[in-house]
Amino acid sequence: MTDEVCIRIKADIDIMSARHASRTMAAEMGFSNLEMTLIATAISELTRNILQYAGHGEISICKVQQGNRKGMKVVVMDEGPGIPDIETAMHDGYSTSKGLGLGLPGSKRLMDEFSIVSKVGIGTTITMYKWVSNKGSGGEEW
Amino acid sequence: MQVPIMKQGPYLIATIQGEIVDEDFIHLRTKLVRMVSKNRSRGVVIDVSSLDTLDSFATRSLRDMAKMIELQGAETVIVGIQPDVALAMVRLGLFLKDIITMMDLEDGFSYLKKSQGKRISHD
Repeated sequence: MTDEVCIRIKADIDIMSARHASRTMAAEMGFSNLEMTLIATAISELTRNILQYAGHGEISICKVQQGNRKGMKVVVMDEGPGIPDIETAMHDGYSTSKGLGLGLPGSKRLMDEFSIVSKVGIGTTITMYKWVSNKGSGGEEW
Repeated sequence: MQVPIMKQGPYLIATIQGEIVDEDFIHLRTKLVRMVSKNRSRGVVIDVSSLDTLDSFATRSLRDMAKMIELQGAETVIVGIQPDVALAMVRLGLFLKDIITMMDLEDGFSYLKKSQGKRISHD
């Protein structure tokens, strides 16, 4: 079992590799199919943002344990132009490119925890967590 | 991986198999638009049942394809969006409002047939 995977994002094929890596790790950790899909979708959105805005970057996916809960930590980073106004960028429908503007707010809704640090001219780092839901506790189950 | 397109009477069926990258969506779009015109197709069914994620890029690509095909005078039906994928799409904020979606190939075809029937009686 690998505890951490790092993938350089520089072409669309890397988006697919990142999604794959998250699914493989999530399956090992006991995430439900639905949760795996939510994580993979968020990863897909944010790694595509990297290609679109920064050209290249990196994603790291790792297993984390906090008390008795298990989870996955996803860090997506680039050294791109940065986001001048994060608050606006977190609104649905806001996009400076031809995208749908759902990447950031949408990914936040797909994951359990989401934080973003961005500096203009330096880059952007997004950290997200998804926790394995305990069955019956009203987590991500159908 | 390229998406195979089959011709069945006045319809085209594109079955997306396994994972495809962004570039494949662009290929598919070009190929479909050309084939619709070449075959004078009346409708297109795009089967996405094997996709385990549909993000905003994929959704936008599908929507663009459907719009282009519509401009050519044919209709598009997207079939086979999986339950987990549907939930992820809604949470992301993707709705595919202006696109016809159906459960499976069979439903897709019966929709196209009905819809063509209506169009022909209009002519």
